[in-house]
Amino acid sequence: MDPKERSIDKASQEMIARMAEAGQQNAWDRLDAQAPQCGFGKQGICCRICTMGPCRITKKAPLGVCGATADTIAARNLLRMIASGAAAHSDHGRDVAHTFKMAIESDSCDYTIKDELKLREVAARYGIKVEGRDTKEIGSDLANAVLAEFGKQDGTLVSIAAYPPPARQKVWEELGVTPRAIDREIVEIMHRTHMGVGSDHKNLIKQGIRASLADGWGGSLIATELSDILFGSPWPIRFGANLGVLDAKKVNIIVHGHEPSLSDIIVAVSQEPELIKMAEDKGATGINLSGICCTSNEILMRHGIPVAGNFLQQELALMTSVVEVMLVDVQCIMPSLGSLSNCFHTKLITTSPKCKIDGAEHIEFHEDRAIETARKIIKIAIENFENRKGKGKIPKATERGIAGFTTENIFYHLGGRFRSSYRPLNDNIINGRIRGAAGVVGCNNPKQVHDYGHLTMIKELIKNDVIVVSTGCSALAAGKAGLMRPDAAAKYCGEGLAEVCEAVGIPPVLHVGSCVDNSRILTILSNIVAEGGLGEDISELPAAGAAPEWMSEKAVSIGMYFVASGVYTVIGEPLPILGAPNLTRYLTEEIEKDFGGKWAFERDPIKAAHMMIEHIESKRDALGINKEKERKLYDMADRRALTIE
Amino acid sequence: MSKIIASAAIRGAHKIAKEAEGILTKAISEKGEDCRVEFPNTGYYMPIIYSMTGMAVEKLSDFKEVMQEIKGLLPPHVNDDLWVPYLGHTLDAGMATLFAEEMIEACKYLIGPNPVDDIWLGAADDIILRERGIQFVDGTAPGFAAIVGAAPNVETAVEIARKLQERSLYVFMSGHNNGTTFSEQLAEGGVQLGWETRLIPFGREITSAIYALGFASRAALSFGGVQAGDFRRNLLYNKNRIFAFVMAMGEVTDEWYATAAGAINYGFPVIADSDIPEILPTGVCTYEHVVSNIPYDQIVEKAVEVRGLKVKITEIPIPVSVSPAFEGERIRKEEMHCEFGGQRTPAFEWLRMRDISEVEDANVEVIGPDSDSLEPGGRLPLGIIVEVAGRKMQPDFEPVLERQIHTFLNEAQGLWHMGQRDINWVRISKGAAKAGFTLEHIGKLLHAKLHDEYSSILDKVQVKIYTDEKQVEELRQQAQAVYTDRDARLAGMQDEDIDTFYSCTLCQSFAPNHVCVVSPERPGLCGAYSWLDCRAAFEITPSGPNQPIAKGSCVDPTIGQWDKVNEFVIKTSGGNIERMSQYSMIADPMTSCGCFECIAAVLPSTGGIMIVNREYSDMTPCGMKFSTLAGTVGGGQQTPGFIGHSKHYICSKKFIHAEGGIQRIVWMPKVLKEEIKDALSERIKEIGFEPEEFLAKIADETTATTEEEVLEFITKNEHPVATLEPMF
Repeated sequence: MDPKERSIDKASQEMIARMAEAGQQNAWDRLDAQAPQCGFGKQGICCRICTMGPCRITKKAPLGVCGATADTIAARNLLRMIASGAAAHSDHGRDVAHTFKMAIESDSCDYTIKDELKLREVAARYGIKVEGRDTKEIGSDLANAVLAEFGKQDGTLVSIAAYPPPARQKVWEELGVTPRAIDREIVEIMHRTHMGVGSDHKNLIKQGIRASLADGWGGSLIATELSDILFGSPWPIRFGANLGVLDAKKVNIIVHGHEPSLSDIIVAVSQEPELIKMAEDKGATGINLSGICCTSNEILMRHGIPVAGNFLQQELALMTSVVEVMLVDVQCIMPSLGSLSNCFHTKLITTSPKCKIDGAEHIEFHEDRAIETARKIIKIAIENFENRKGKGKIPKATERGIAGFTTENIFYHLGGRFRSSYRPLNDNIINGRIRGAAGVVGCNNPKQVHDYGHLTMIKELIKNDVIVVSTGCSALAAGKAGLMRPDAAAKYCGEGLAEVCEAVGIPPVLHVGSCVDNSRILTILSNIVAEGGLGEDISELPAAGAAPEWMSEKAVSIGMYFVASGVYTVIGEPLPILGAPNLTRYLTEEIEKDFGGKWAFERDPIKAAHMMIEHIESKRDALGINKEKERKLYDMADRRALTIE
Repeated sequence: MSKIIASAAIRGAHKIAKEAEGILTKAISEKGEDCRVEFPNTGYYMPIIYSMTGMAVEKLSDFKEVMQEIKGLLPPHVNDDLWVPYLGHTLDAGMATLFAEEMIEACKYLIGPNPVDDIWLGAADDIILRERGIQFVDGTAPGFAAIVGAAPNVETAVEIARKLQERSLYVFMSGHNNGTTFSEQLAEGGVQLGWETRLIPFGREITSAIYALGFASRAALSFGGVQAGDFRRNLLYNKNRIFAFVMAMGEVTDEWYATAAGAINYGFPVIADSDIPEILPTGVCTYEHVVSNIPYDQIVEKAVEVRGLKVKITEIPIPVSVSPAFEGERIRKEEMHCEFGGQRTPAFEWLRMRDISEVEDANVEVIGPDSDSLEPGGRLPLGIIVEVAGRKMQPDFEPVLERQIHTFLNEAQGLWHMGQRDINWVRISKGAAKAGFTLEHIGKLLHAKLHDEYSSILDKVQVKIYTDEKQVEELRQQAQAVYTDRDARLAGMQDEDIDTFYSCTLCQSFAPNHVCVVSPERPGLCGAYSWLDCRAAFEITPSGPNQPIAKGSCVDPTIGQWDKVNEFVIKTSGGNIERMSQYSMIADPMTSCGCFECIAAVLPSTGGIMIVNREYSDMTPCGMKFSTLAGTVGGGQQTPGFIGHSKHYICSKKFIHAEGGIQRIVWMPKVLKEEIKDALSERIKEIGFEPEEFLAKIADETTATTEEEVLEFITKNEHPVATLEPMF
């Protein structure tokens, strides 16, 4: 198949062609081999929950053995996807929380607190007294409070009362979906979807919502907040992107996966003179670190470490044959890497006890011996440099951009130290220069031309003056395509958005982090609501979300927490529920009455973008900000009526 | 920010910071680290630095810490290819620039060139701040235009200044362009410069723009109840109250951009005549941040629109401009066409209420020769009788409205008025006479202004102007009888005689807990509102900040508490103040906003009190200057032992009645003693002392500057305070 039909990314096209020449299989090839894929699975109406089955719903057999309908079966399957997605994010959050606790409690720990200000802010949100107390005291209380969120038996999540707008909290309370404890909601999904428990699809979905909210406003949010405290809050930083960042003359180490704990230490250690000297002794000019997937996002936004690629480029990266070590932690790591790496000198190293891969070397990472482990892995890479065969093949294509936007630093960028505020953002949404905001996030999926969905949608949105925030592999796609360059504003945006980008000096697509950092999008939306002038709830905002190339269960959890937070969410591949008519109708229509957000499925990114724009305009109409307004001029009484808070 | 502007402003900030570092080094080497540094006769230290950071710069070495702050704020230069967000950086660079410029200007006071020189005024002192700053609070001045540079020619400068004055705006001028300055252009055009005409030449260099922004910061500190270091409230106070803007005239240099970026922090946008990039998206300022390439004939209108300012320009059918900005204009003898009164000819002015059938609205009659019959330098007698009628008009409002004649007349360009009643003095300038202004226009002016401001109580206004000597003298006798009558009524008016006080919550926008209770014997602490004024104001705007308070029953006559007044205070202070005494500074004293004319403070060891007026900027015996004391007293808190009050109140029978009244006064600045001498002497007589003798027992700055010295002084002079019960 023509590589152009597989990816629109030039570097990837080059490497796809090279794989074909070398007779190596990749995800696209395996997708072809899978065809035709199971229609029942796609529609969500295959039930393997008990051994009376497997059951699949057809016209002839509309009920499972136990009597479950298509709606029940698809809802249960969907819930289990949410459980897995929420578990992945939240377990990540838990690991960061444990590292944080260790950093606070131990004086000899390799981790320290990098952002004390944020520590205090987050602690205050968790109701912890900060005044007159030192970092250790506050941090210790915060660690305990945060860890309690996972398993507590009483009450509801502290963060759910501390971060979202009050109006949103009320919606959840009234609908009975306020999450209680992060792990509990996941466990309850498994219970409720066991054979013979619930069959009412709406009641099942409620638990899916509750678990997803525990992810977005709980586990993911904890991962974001504590990572900022522990590894430093991101700040706008330049980065290079795409396979061209690999350096033929240097020892190449690619970090891949999702968690920052090890990779952040690798960043620090990789520049130790002793190790660089060692690399030079082996004939390399230095050590070159780059990343794939969200581990990449984590160290790119904090340290400017270049991006080698996104999800579908993991195999392509190995194919360059210049990678000494690919170091992986958890999530989105293709099992195929094991055998592929064995075709080259590349060592695939797994580090998490949760993730061992056939064909990989396992060096277990322990937070209490972080530096030691990092050094050991880097040394393996250096040693391996001499095993490299030939020059390898590195595609030339690279791009540069700016990453590192956060909920907190937006305040500064819009007003400096003295006038820090979201006001300019709200103002320019109200005056229509910016029509609205979109979160474009999510994975790659070989069913879509690689990166095409992200880039086409994003370009269409910014052309129509919708500002885009992006995370995960979508963000990496945008970075590789130059959409995170500040001069992209003049090139791709409508006049209004371009003016605002020029005024602030920002790119039209803001990199806000990894996939757990979708929690940043939630808190950004909350801040916009709090700034005022655009309604009382997230559901009133002219905003929409999208995951044009999604594939993972995490994306289902993310999509669900956005919908339940009031955001219209359009995804490329439909949820596996289309065989369940009532469930489909609920999630794509009726749910909006309850939660203010809903799902939509559209593979064509241009059409999807226009569905989002239409939604944004309808919200603008409802807010009354689409009406032409005369400039208000202020007399003394008007001036006096203005608050000065 | 546009990238070009951001790059230039950040470059400019670095340059100015370097300049500041240089001048500081020079100043320290010449004067030494411990040399005192200040803007003469001002509180609040370096006001921008103080208001933004809370750092009190008192000596040159203190600037070193400021320099660190500046360096911390200075952002990196904008990368041309792959830039990081620069709006925040630019605003910080702007603030760093203002700090550096304050350093530069302050050092100039020490090592020269002196900022006060020739036409240049340098920093406004605290008396000006008090007089002028309050106008930004009460709305008489909506804001200011900070003009940087110079117009292309004198005529354009004069025209722009006049248009700004017509809109009641102050014009603060700094910087130069093309070898000249806007100030010099106005001077060349024969325009009177100075605070009186709201045209202020701060300095030739761009660095002198900090006097404008410092003034804005001081206004927020002084009148806005904003604490030093609370930069956010200070800047938002300016954004939402003081509608100022920068007008850049001529080539915009990096240093101008940097200074303008500082101004944008205050919400003050930039309007430029030159073709520079624009910043139209809103957010930091109310509307656009930078608009450019505006033709001169539209620049004032554009500036007002960009700032979002609504200014009322009442069209008055007279041949000269009318605006509060012309109020302070002087007319010297050589510029005078003619004059009236002022002990040179008989004159008076009198406003009286008539039955509605007796007043023909808009009727203006000049009885006798008009001013156009006079040769330059000529004189005529003048009797102005304004007759008003309205369903809500009351005789008690007559003096309130009559006092406005002074303001209204002065607001006309080329017309000057002084005094009141039968000691009035009016001049018409040559310019005004040339424009066709005659006495008839005084009538038209008064008719228009009275309708404009008092339409809710007035329905009809007619004005008769007499210039025939005999007639004027006859009518003056009638008027004098009325004046005497009014005085007697007002003088006799006691708190006990009436059952309603009035509130004043005009200042709650910045002191939310504060409420003034105004009674006949205790006028508002700002000195601007008597009980009658409040009553009239209530009639004019029934839902306004002056509300009637039925006294209810008296809780304690000595300290002056009434149950209904207390109820009112609880409600209006948002539950913060439970009880308030009208006549005590110890038991539940009245709160203060920040606008008080004077502060009374207990000097415990003397058993008495000191009073200091706002104009007095030196140290007082209580160990605090007025500005520091004001911080303790203001903001709507009850602080027993301290009250803010008007000058007038000192001579009231109810002045700290509970503590023994004026017998408690042991210290006052000399100038205050002089100012209220007549009225105070009356009061001294009433309590049975000989005025000269009593006044001599009150210490002032020439006899005592510390509490110990005051005690020594009053002991030696046998001040009657010794005979009173202890205050506590």
